[in-house]
Amino acid sequence: MSSLSVNHLLGIKYLNLNDLKLIFKTSDHFKEVINRKIKKVPSLRDVTIANLFFENSTRTKISFELAQKRLSADIVSFSSSGSSVSKGETLIDTVNNILSMKVDMVIIRHPSPGASVFLSKNVESCIINAGDGTHEHPTQALLDAYSLSEKIGDLNGRKILIVGDILHSRVALSNIFTYQKLGAKVTVCGPKSLIPKHIESLGVAVETNFVKALNQCDAVNMLRIQNERISENYFPSTREYVQQFGLNKDILDSLDKEIIIMHPGPINRGVEITSEVADSDQAIILDQVENGVAIRMAVMYLLASKLY
Amino acid sequence: MKPKKILNANELSTILHRLSYQLIEDHNDFYNTVLIGIQPRGPIFANRLRQLLINDDKKNIINLGFLDITFFRDDFRRSEKTLKASTTSIDFSIEGKTVILIDDVLFTGRSIRAALDAIQSYGRPKAVQLLTLIDRRFSRELPIQPDYCGIQVDSRLNEKVKVTWNENDEEDSVYLIKNK
Repeated sequence: MSSLSVNHLLGIKYLNLNDLKLIFKTSDHFKEVINRKIKKVPSLRDVTIANLFFENSTRTKISFELAQKRLSADIVSFSSSGSSVSKGETLIDTVNNILSMKVDMVIIRHPSPGASVFLSKNVESCIINAGDGTHEHPTQALLDAYSLSEKIGDLNGRKILIVGDILHSRVALSNIFTYQKLGAKVTVCGPKSLIPKHIESLGVAVETNFVKALNQCDAVNMLRIQNERISENYFPSTREYVQQFGLNKDILDSLDKEIIIMHPGPINRGVEITSEVADSDQAIILDQVENGVAIRMAVMYLLASKLY
Repeated sequence: MKPKKILNANELSTILHRLSYQLIEDHNDFYNTVLIGIQPRGPIFANRLRQLLINDDKKNIINLGFLDITFFRDDFRRSEKTLKASTTSIDFSIEGKTVILIDDVLFTGRSIRAALDAIQSYGRPKAVQLLTLIDRRFSRELPIQPDYCGIQVDSRLNEKVKVTWNENDEEDSVYLIKNK
């Protein structure tokens, strides 16, 4: 179990339990590294990485860039606004042009589901998916599970609730795969219109009563409504959504036990989660962000060791 | 070929005692000296030395840390195997201190080169010294020599020197193993 079973990180779907454990173990070491006074190690000093962000991002982009810098990689970053994409260049052409400048690894965020898989089949490079449309966001799910197990230990047999826009969330799908591989039970909760049909076939439970669902879980991941992907009305009003699925202090205090609260960011304060809850001791939102750098360092380190 | 035992438990114990006395001669009360065991095989050896210094010579405060050098190695992406890291734990400051790097076998010197790089992440030591149990002389690929050395071993490149410890449920001894 000293190397990954895959050559790209396209989705959690393609990883096995050993891969997850190896990534988490390696992240432990990098977490120690980024808490040193001098946070840099020279491992990837001869690796060049391109960050291709065809969609907006703050956290993920900064997190990847920091992780790359901490590993001493050379990096080039690209965002689709102001690029030749608007001149009609195709994805494969864009990437191949960048690769011909001798780039070893590509981090890609793209609005189309499957963009990273498509790329991995069509270009010669190591691909890491940083979010592809509504499909997967593997590094986010890895850092979620890593942060949670830091708090509550082994996730085997634990109950995890995902609330919100399950239909449009790539975090939700990657979360489901990750937690299930680690042996946890996943329940999803949200307006029926935002829960995909047949999601039970993935082995997850569906619960539309928010408070009931909260009472049965050890940790909850509060997702944002993906307004940028929503063109029609899935629920009557934001106000009604908040009343039914917003997490506030009163609900939290009414529960039988203390649960861990996660959020992948960006937070819409006052919608899916109130400020009071987001800033409370039960929330591990900023731990998640810190761990994101360690997780991404681990993923890039492990994948880079397969480059020759 | 059967592994050849170079040192048995008694001989190893004598060497450990001698090394601990040498350290006391040079470092007195260890107020400005810290011990750093290089992962993965240095820590047990470093721990033994520290115990000797504490038990036999009543040195109370001896700082011992463990340093992992995986991310500083120069053979990353040059072998099939993924390099696996071990734990680093240095919970004291090395700024202005004399650091004694401790490892079981000094061979090409590349691990020590990596350790010299890695230790800088924790501050600027006053001086860095090297203590190894075995010095495989004539095998060096870098200009690195030990300040304290258990024994020198003349060996061929295709041979391996293996140190085993009680702590790993093996007897204290050193073997010379010939690879095919």
